Amino acid sequence: MFSALFVMALGAVILGAALGYAAVKFRVEGDPLVEKIDSILPQTQCGQCGFPGCRPYAEAIAKGEADINCCPPGGEEGIKKLADLLGREFKPLSGEHGVEKPKSVAVIDENVCIGCTLCLQACPVDAIVGAAKQMHTIVAAQCTGCELCIEPCPVDCIAMLPIAEAVDNWKWKYPVFDIAQRRAA
Amino acid sequence: MSRRLFKFHGGVKPAYNKESSNHEQIADAPLPAEFVIPLHQSIGGIPRPVVKAGEHVQKGQLIGGPDGSVSSAVHASTSGTVKAVEMRRMPHTSGLSALCVVIEPDGKDEWIGHAPVPWRTMSPGEVRNALRDAGVVGLGGAVFPSHLKVNPGKEGHLDTLVINGAECEPFITCDDMQMRERPDGIIKGAAILRDLTKARQVLIGVEDNKPEAIAAMRAAVERIGAERIDVVAVPTRYPAGGAKQLIRVLTGIEVPHGKRSTDYGVQCFNTGTAHAIYDALELGRPMISRIVTVAGNVERPRNYEVRFGTPMKDVVALCGPKPDTDRLIMGGPMMGFRMPGDEVPVVKATNCILVGSKVLFPPPPPEMPCIRCGECAKACPADLAPFEMYWFSRAKIFGKAQEYHLFDCIECGCCAYVCPSRIPLVDYYRFAKSEIWAREQEKEAADGARERYEFRLAREEREKQEKAARLAAKAAETKAKLAAAAVAGAEDDPKKALIAAAQARAEQQKTAAETKTNAE
Amino acid sequence: MLNNSPYFRQPASVSSVMLRVLAALIPGIAVYVWFFGAAILIQILLASAAALAGEAAMLKIRGKPVLLFLADGSALVTAWLIALTFPPIGPWWLVVLATLIAIVVAKHLYGGLGQNPFNPAMVAFCVMIVAYPQLMSQWPAVGFTDFSAQLGAIFGERHLDAMVMATPLDTLRTALHTAEAKATVAGVFGSNAAFGNIGGKGWEWVAVAYLLGGLWLIQQRIITWHMPAAFLGTLALIAGIASTAGPDKLAGPLFHILTGGAMLGAFFIVTDPVSGATTPKGKLIFAAGIALLTWIIRVFGAYPDGIAFATLLMNICVPLIDMATQPPVFGHKNDGKEGGKP
Repeated sequence: MFSALFVMALGAVILGAALGYAAVKFRVEGDPLVEKIDSILPQTQCGQCGFPGCRPYAEAIAKGEADINCCPPGGEEGIKKLADLLGREFKPLSGEHGVEKPKSVAVIDENVCIGCTLCLQACPVDAIVGAAKQMHTIVAAQCTGCELCIEPCPVDCIAMLPIAEAVDNWKWKYPVFDIAQRRAA
Repeated sequence: MSRRLFKFHGGVKPAYNKESSNHEQIADAPLPAEFVIPLHQSIGGIPRPVVKAGEHVQKGQLIGGPDGSVSSAVHASTSGTVKAVEMRRMPHTSGLSALCVVIEPDGKDEWIGHAPVPWRTMSPGEVRNALRDAGVVGLGGAVFPSHLKVNPGKEGHLDTLVINGAECEPFITCDDMQMRERPDGIIKGAAILRDLTKARQVLIGVEDNKPEAIAAMRAAVERIGAERIDVVAVPTRYPAGGAKQLIRVLTGIEVPHGKRSTDYGVQCFNTGTAHAIYDALELGRPMISRIVTVAGNVERPRNYEVRFGTPMKDVVALCGPKPDTDRLIMGGPMMGFRMPGDEVPVVKATNCILVGSKVLFPPPPPEMPCIRCGECAKACPADLAPFEMYWFSRAKIFGKAQEYHLFDCIECGCCAYVCPSRIPLVDYYRFAKSEIWAREQEKEAADGARERYEFRLAREEREKQEKAARLAAKAAETKAKLAAAAVAGAEDDPKKALIAAAQARAEQQKTAAETKTNAE
Repeated sequence: MLNNSPYFRQPASVSSVMLRVLAALIPGIAVYVWFFGAAILIQILLASAAALAGEAAMLKIRGKPVLLFLADGSALVTAWLIALTFPPIGPWWLVVLATLIAIVVAKHLYGGLGQNPFNPAMVAFCVMIVAYPQLMSQWPAVGFTDFSAQLGAIFGERHLDAMVMATPLDTLRTALHTAEAKATVAGVFGSNAAFGNIGGKGWEWVAVAYLLGGLWLIQQRIITWHMPAAFLGTLALIAGIASTAGPDKLAGPLFHILTGGAMLGAFFIVTDPVSGATTPKGKLIFAAGIALLTWIIRVFGAYPDGIAFATLLMNICVPLIDMATQPPVFGHKNDGKEGGKP
């Protein structure tokens, strides 16, 4: 019996040493899960999920405090990717956080803008160029469509325009269609 | 001398239908009532319009300036007045519009002043600029700006320059007729390219179903006395005219996807492009027209020299379209794109206008499930597994589709041609590729947004700290001042002294204000 | 607006492929009827009817267009293969049930045409041989062609004594395993009426007829040479090596490839495109694996013929085989150097 105990104890010591070594040698700084979740989120920084930005939302998901279906700009595609990554069940976008809208950019009506800089301060990615009493303009290429600039504007001069389909961003459509429809055609 | 030729995997032999359009000589298409010249006719940046509505332009005048180095200029196809610079429908399956210069011809068809380019004495960079400003792009269908391809490679000279006269797609005969009727220009263009790339040898590959063209080209080589240029007959099999496939057949080299062929000492130009380079450098003429085959459901199929911007319906009308025509296809039956309408213009990529009908191209039978028979893999000239790419593209699992080398696909259509289940395979790959590109763009945009957001947070933090530092410095300064005043012996409590000083200041200001009001 | 390029297609279709497979089976069926009577035709009819009915019902339930998918002939191929691997004098409900299991469970419940990971005919065979081992081992005697008696066996009372005889494989196994330890292969071959020149009286000719049909399929490019060659080659090789090592207890290569379902399997069963490997190297590995497992089951296993189980076991390995044997693509041959450059 003592030999059995000895063998078990030896095994435990060896395995423990191996695990300890691995824990030190292969240690990863930071929480890679949060990075992975953050790289799936669309970085709109709009706050529609209820968190002040995409990173806090990613951290909340990683901790299990938030559900994966709260991000409207990420849309269904984003929820599916999160479900795949985390092994959780796919859920449709929860209505209370907003609806999926077509990708848009904000545009300032230059005839109305009074140069108050309130929208500059609101934009989470600094996509608005301007200064006090100077004309403000939104750099369309950098606008994420988060709509945070619309509320602060005192003269309501900002509108959201959906990004139009042009020859350079046109996509081929999915070729599957209903056989019954095809035969009717 | 028998040259060793190599084989590429797969390929198919469809019915070629070349006889219909290779009997007549190339004819000049008459000028239409209105030229609609799109600015974006090549891969790369979109040229900026340099003319305005109302301006008079001459034939060959620059109307679209190249935007950056990966771009090519666009020129007026005839002399006339610019009616407008506006959005018009493009010859693109989407049916979307893009910016075009609309010119009304004045009937005089006057060339702008032009002179041969002294390319032998210019630096390589200057020659490239000359080609870019002449609007020369690849006429094989891919419209890649040619000036970027005229480079001698890492070693300073190319091993083999391949000129592609294979023209493997059914119905298309524009290169065939050009080789028969205008071989001198092609050979001289090939010689210019040979010298620009310092190639050791030039091989002109022509499929063996074009014996007259091969004979004419060989006679031209003799006549001109061009050195180190050989016309080689290659076995007829679609897609022998694919650039990589032709390079493989003539030299045995397989250029992998994502690598430049010049890294392997080879480069490939179309015969039409070679002729255009001759025109641009030796004659000084920018590219304003090309040869277009019109075939299919027409009474008189033929090749025409068409100026860019000519509406397709004008060219098709010359050939007598039959009444049951229901579509126009730009390109051949294997890789061609369906046009959204017949008023769209002929552009640099239009090698053929195929007029279709339900009889000629019957509607495809319903798509059946894939039985993994492997016929597509047997036919693929790029050695891919099309059925695997199909399964994953259909399921929208784009990561796995890319693992099966989705982007190596040249979209030749051999797989869909042989599929017994009639699956439109190429449509799935195009869908998957455009989705993957869109996702990559989104990811880039998202990464950029994240960076800017983090920078903004850092900036706010920095501003807060700077402000706090400033306040702290100011407070320290005032404290020092007070300490000095305390030493001078005014009050024990420096704060009280501060308050007293402030009160004194306020009194002063009040008195000053009262005096002012009293004075008014 | 769809693009649909290419606008041309080659004439072949799924139904033409399936019909040619059925045509290739006909020589084998003809020889079969010659030696063992017309009962097999009844079984083929029963199986075909059950297959079409089962497929139509499942297509209706799944909401797919019935006529379009029925016309592709894949259900008929499964039905004929089942009928040919089952005893022709089995009761009528045996093939009907087996065909329904193949079509409904092994094909449609996995997603229909093109989605089944297991060969449907072999699934049905395995289910039946495990559930009804006795019925599945009652094979007809050579030369007994009394059709009315056979009909009676299929549909009515089963008086089988006159018409039943064990297959050569079964006879060999029983003799070697259960009879006196002194029994040898040569002895069994010589003494038993079941054995003809090589593979079993009658059965070897059926096998040769399947071989001819299979060679025609290769010529028509419906199947490639990889799988039949690898299967028969491996089976012959292993049997050859084994029988040289122990000629008393192990039969030789010619016997193995001409008996049981070897020829039918090599050209018609193993080559099922949906459940088999797709890359050329993969096909060789897949078929060789089936041959190895078949030989092992035939010699050491509890069942007379092992092709069905071997096929299902290798079907499980197909995704891995496919992934591991992907041929290099254009430009990546020769380990990434320019491929084929002289």
